[in-house]
Amino acid sequence: MPKKLMLGNEAIARGAWEAGCTVAAAYPGTPSTEILEVMAADYREIYSQWSPNEKVALEVVAGASVAGARSMAAMKHVGLNVAADPLFTFSYTGANGGFVIINADDPGAWSSQNEQDNRHYARAAKVPMIEPTSPAEAKEYTKIAFDISEQFDRPVIVRITTRIAHSQGVVELGERKENTLKPFERNPQKYVMIPAHARPRHRFIEEQMVKLKTFSENSPLNSIEWKGRKRGIITDGVAYQYVKEVCPEDSVLKIGFIWPLPERVIREFASGVEELYVVEELDPFIEDYVRAMGFKVTGKELIPILGELTPEIVDMALNKKRPAADIPAYTSKIPGRPPALCKGCPHGFVFEVLKKLDVVVNGDIGCYTLAVLPPYSAMHSQGCMGASIGMHTGFEKARPEMAGKSVAVIGDSTFIHSGITPLIDLVYNKGTGTVLILDNRVTAMTGHQENPATGHTLMGEATHELDLELLCKAVGVKRVRKVDPKNIEEFEQTVREELAAREPSVIISSRKCILTK
Amino acid sequence: MKNVIFAGVGGQGVILASKILMEAAMAAGYDVKESEVHGMAQRGGSVDCHVRFGEKVYSPLIEKGTADFVVCLELLETMRKLEYLKGDGMIIVNREKIDPAPVAAGLEQYPADIEDWLKANVKKHLVLDTKAALKEVGSAKALNIVMLGALSNYLEFTDEQWAAAIRALVKEKFVDMNLKAFNLGKGLAA
Repeated sequence: MPKKLMLGNEAIARGAWEAGCTVAAAYPGTPSTEILEVMAADYREIYSQWSPNEKVALEVVAGASVAGARSMAAMKHVGLNVAADPLFTFSYTGANGGFVIINADDPGAWSSQNEQDNRHYARAAKVPMIEPTSPAEAKEYTKIAFDISEQFDRPVIVRITTRIAHSQGVVELGERKENTLKPFERNPQKYVMIPAHARPRHRFIEEQMVKLKTFSENSPLNSIEWKGRKRGIITDGVAYQYVKEVCPEDSVLKIGFIWPLPERVIREFASGVEELYVVEELDPFIEDYVRAMGFKVTGKELIPILGELTPEIVDMALNKKRPAADIPAYTSKIPGRPPALCKGCPHGFVFEVLKKLDVVVNGDIGCYTLAVLPPYSAMHSQGCMGASIGMHTGFEKARPEMAGKSVAVIGDSTFIHSGITPLIDLVYNKGTGTVLILDNRVTAMTGHQENPATGHTLMGEATHELDLELLCKAVGVKRVRKVDPKNIEEFEQTVREELAAREPSVIISSRKCILTK
Repeated sequence: MKNVIFAGVGGQGVILASKILMEAAMAAGYDVKESEVHGMAQRGGSVDCHVRFGEKVYSPLIEKGTADFVVCLELLETMRKLEYLKGDGMIIVNREKIDPAPVAAGLEQYPADIEDWLKANVKKHLVLDTKAALKEVGSAKALNIVMLGALSNYLEFTDEQWAAAIRALVKEKFVDMNLKAFNLGKGLAA
């Protein structure tokens, strides 16, 4: 079979293609974005789409699974929060065609607002989760996930982290499995979760998870690599690679089946070594489980709960040493190189004005979040996709005197993702806030993806271009104005007028991203 | 096992240089792994790639103190990667300075002594002036390939292997320009 160098994300797209996946949906989010981009570019047999947000993506994929298709959703860790509502009930309705969710955690928060550990979701939602340790495994595990999904009637999560998504390795290519579409049968007891159906489905999934535990215990995804019996290390994901690198003499239990954990295999391994360690990124997920099984284990006493692991962190933790060259320390201060808005970026004009007017800015997720840093230093709250508008309303309700001295700022794609309902809320609950939609006609920060306002789909077709102005008017905002922020005086005047107006207003800051070709 | 770090500033083409090296290494029969930076960090921030090749590679990240080569497309970025270098490791650096935002804003100073310090403290160093080469190529964008050419003097791959890797990864209309850049870079370090 031919071999190719691939990013973890490219390997996942390839894995889905080889598995005979026919429908895929996602919302872009680092570190998961490239999965669907590669699909649309290289694997056109799969219908792939950007959805307005992760919840919709998961619902599209669930519908495709019910219809009998092998289908896949991809999202970053916080994206699964958005999609958690469908996840927990699609756990009950299960799968018809293989139903796979790729979830990309971001230890180190390289490009995220938090470092949540989504392994907990598998346990909470009662769905199987598997985790590769390399790009080559990322491809194989994606294929395996489709099989597990169909065999056990469960959605299956493949968990990766930034260091798997954005690392390259040699991947062996396989053929595509054809004709994967399964028959569709009307089955309301399975697919309509009224309470009378949900209760027996709950019993069913508990039974399935018991069967899956036995399956996990016999799965080659978990493997014991016996070496010295003095020290045994249980590990998962990319941490496995660091352990193999710096502890070549120790026995290792590689966990590929994160949930259900393979209790029998853990018992065999733990009983076969003198000292037991767990090396895992973020939370003590495996460690807590092993300890609850009654084993003495060392984990987070040595391995940081914060940030991403590296070979030297694992080396220092387990071996109390690491290699170092005898280069003297450089003592001059090395200035940082923080990411910054591009020269000529339309957001820059907006924040020049907001800084000048000294308003409180409730910000959102996108390139423009960089305005929190110098030279603008003009953002004062930000939490998750779409939060700016709701927070702006709450801010005004708590401090009515600040009504004309604060704004919400949100990008076009983020507004479509999660900003529309809070705008409805603002109007409905008689807020008087001013919302700035920074419309640069692209989902910029994740690398220039299409969205419902760009007029093009992921697969490159022309489509309806969502009219933001009309949308805002439709939800009841009477004052909607569209201004080019590069006309900075006009823009400032517009912001002043809308801040002064005692009713809801939206300013659409309309200028294309400077990087748009 | 060989460990190579490419470093620079977002937009300088660090990832492409790494990909070409990886392609050459894979074609030569090695196991290869690499780790790179995407997303927010790319917006004018520091960017690096770790490339590793050998019989069998586990970690996609290079452990500090074990890099055989640190190749930097910008002078200041070298200083962030020093601790990755192993005792007899080599630094190959482009002399060009790009002011980071805090320096451009006048809040911090770009250290003036980096080049002298490297020459005094790092046994194997190569500080390159790439201006003339880039002028001859006719594109400042070819810096990544010029630096790759410089690195190639210290690796085992043949000219044919390098050329094949470049052809595999750059658009056809840019192949000749990049081959020229590669050879000029090779000449700079000879």
